[in-house]
Amino acid sequence: MEVFPDILERIDAGLDPAADPGALPGHDALLADAERVIEAWLAARGEAPEGGTVEGFRLLALHRQGCRGTPSFNACRETCREIVFRRNTADLYSDDAAEALAQRRLMAMTVKHLALFVGGKLAEAGLGDFCCSSRPLRAAGGT
Amino acid sequence: MAGDLRKVAYYPGCALEGSGGPYDRSTKAVVKALGLEMTELDDWNCCGAMEVKNIDPQVQTYLSARNLAIAGDMGFKTVMAPCNGCYHNLKKAEHDLAHNPEAAGVNRRISAKAGHRAYEPGGVETIHALDWIKKAVGEEELARRAKGRLAGLKVANYYGCMYTRPRHIFPEKDKGPGSESTLKPHFMDDILAAAGATNVDFPLKTACCGGAHSLSDSDMSTKLVLNILTTAEACGAEVIATECPTCHTGLEMHQVRAEKVLGRRTSVRILYFTQLLGMALGLSARSVGVQENLSDPGDLLAEKGLG
Repeated sequence: MEVFPDILERIDAGLDPAADPGALPGHDALLADAERVIEAWLAARGEAPEGGTVEGFRLLALHRQGCRGTPSFNACRETCREIVFRRNTADLYSDDAAEALAQRRLMAMTVKHLALFVGGKLAEAGLGDFCCSSRPLRAAGGT
Repeated sequence: MAGDLRKVAYYPGCALEGSGGPYDRSTKAVVKALGLEMTELDDWNCCGAMEVKNIDPQVQTYLSARNLAIAGDMGFKTVMAPCNGCYHNLKKAEHDLAHNPEAAGVNRRISAKAGHRAYEPGGVETIHALDWIKKAVGEEELARRAKGRLAGLKVANYYGCMYTRPRHIFPEKDKGPGSESTLKPHFMDDILAAAGATNVDFPLKTACCGGAHSLSDSDMSTKLVLNILTTAEACGAEVIATECPTCHTGLEMHQVRAEKVLGRRTSVRILYFTQLLGMALGLSARSVGVQENLSDPGDLLAEKGLG
């Protein structure tokens, strides 16, 4: 079962090589999708977004909140930061449609990865706990 | 980094004696070709991997610390671990012993029971194969030896998760120019660029491949890997370079599975960076273990005049 089917379908449709460039969501829409993914993670933990931004981005604030008490969620820290980087780069190339689209495509692939990873963690809480963010099974809140 | 970097202790870990055999073979071949020296640790043991760490992290700390103690007893100040998991665990043990008195106590207690010296933090530095080649040889020397043999090869460098995470166990990283970045690692990019390769702009360098769930949640792993493969292709890569046996096996295995289960075929090839570097140094594909990989990059290598 896909956890974020609408986001994944929209991105896949936009990334289809045969698709019109306009089919790919804009960079702010992609950023909003990424925020929605993390919001779903928070909601699954019974939390509401606390608001605020980190380095000017709500996504990074949401991710920081999502890590609290769950260090394994840090496994998508770089993914969130990459999304912000690509969003800024796409924005920077607002006068170069081809480069802006290239950056937006990379951003879309990264948002897709975030959706798959968080979707995986929502389906299986242990996803990500066994590698870089390993924590002891017998001790709650360990690192 | 401490001591004479041209001679280090070698901790292969379990994977390089099994599914990561081509990584072991190619690492040894590259080390020989570059005139470096590495001595395998005597009587080394498992680093604790993920399995022990998730049951009892302090036993994992002890297991890794024993390997560091052996390196010290053999007279080495530096131990090189090519596997991201081993590298991560040895670094984590170093950090835990320095910052967690309970872990240090457990290490001393088990070491005494086992009848060997307890490792004290600060005695041995753990480095990755990437760190070693970059620091001990450097890009200039690599470029001189490689003679641009990887020219025309477009590479996406995939570092996986454990080379840079969690950041606090890698105090030498993120120190500005010359140091590795945990956010956007580049040592593999630097090494392969020196050998002539063209590194593509790849946004999923450290993204999770679902490696630990390859068997317990195969579908999720396949989807994560497929996104890494398709993103690499969309970035123009012909090859994904890896530096971890778990990542490498996962990418190869799920590339096959994605085609079988999801009907999605990808053609990007997956090679260890040591295999690419070895061929850049003029070694044959066979001598760097390409034939032991799950996938066959023979046609691409022939097209590029490699191997």
